[in-house]
Amino acid sequence: MAHPARAGFGVTGWLLASALACLLLKLAGYVLPTAVLADPRVGRTTDLVTAGCLAALVVVQTVGGDGGGPVLDARLGAVAVAAVALLLRAPFVVVVLLGAATAAGLRAAGLG
Amino acid sequence: MAPDAVPVPDRGPGALRRSPAVRQGFSVGLATGLYGLSFGALATAAGLGVVQACLLSTVMFTGGSQFAVVGVLAAGGAPVAGFASAALLGLRNAVYGLQLAPRLRLRGWRRLLAAHVTIDESAAVSAAQDDPVEARRGFWAAGLGVFAFWNAATLAGALLGDALGDPQRWGLDGAAAAAFLGLLWPRLRRRETAAVAAVAALVAVLVLPVAPAGVPVLAAAAAAGALGWWRTRPARGSA
Repeated sequence: MAHPARAGFGVTGWLLASALACLLLKLAGYVLPTAVLADPRVGRTTDLVTAGCLAALVVVQTVGGDGGGPVLDARLGAVAVAAVALLLRAPFVVVVLLGAATAAGLRAAGLG
Repeated sequence: MAPDAVPVPDRGPGALRRSPAVRQGFSVGLATGLYGLSFGALATAAGLGVVQACLLSTVMFTGGSQFAVVGVLAAGGAPVAGFASAALLGLRNAVYGLQLAPRLRLRGWRRLLAAHVTIDESAAVSAAQDDPVEARRGFWAAGLGVFAFWNAATLAGALLGDALGDPQRWGLDGAAAAAFLGLLWPRLRRRETAAVAAVAALVAVLVLPVAPAGVPVLAAAAAAGALGWWRTRPARGSA
């Protein structure tokens, strides 16, 4: 494994920092007074930040390119098929596999 | 005994094996382990090494944040943007902890371990139990069960993703988009959440052409959070 002595913080460093931040957030729940939850805005805002993050990630993963405006390609078909599968209550893994198969199939057919 | 009396939880020998909460937690763990397979494959497709993918599953151990970090890196975003996205998605675990702490009443290393396995699944299985003993059992069964299967599956998925080669040929970019939609889907049942998610998606589309990778997600999360804070009525007496 490559461990250059002076590689700066590096990707692994950032991954570890992100992991520790998530762990500290989990721990914060056990250390903070439960009274924090008495304000309904706390739970609601957290819910919506989660949903907003995930919605934005769907967008970025579907139409994001190498900088610049939205790119429309095989990923759009993948998300459309995934949405239909979710409507039909398919389990998560099936949804992910259908997304991959759709994108790969569209590309093999010369689309996107 | 009155017919509508609360059933006394099973505390005899072998009670853990007969506990419905333990069984429920274990099956949730098994099912979630399969997501781990897709996480491992997507992580290596995004350019992470097998060790880095496994590190995320052992130390970070919260699916949404892990997918987010990998998604931002795959899009060419700065690692600091991945850090921020992961932390924002990890915020909800703090709320789970606040809800679970009075039920679990733990100290020392047990509390640290409980915090580490505080995720969507363990919080949900615990919340679904009426009896406090079953709530604790369900929490641990789901938390530890998911941890075991999730990490084993991440390793398998990462090795598989490494062997696949060109991620686009296998449609792994389409799989990533589908995965985020799958994570978002159950939250859309509440109409207000769906409306805020739509606003967040719009913000992301608008910011995408003008900001570096990773920033659209943060902007969308900020918009969603602001809507949540300002549109929710504060508790009685505090305003």
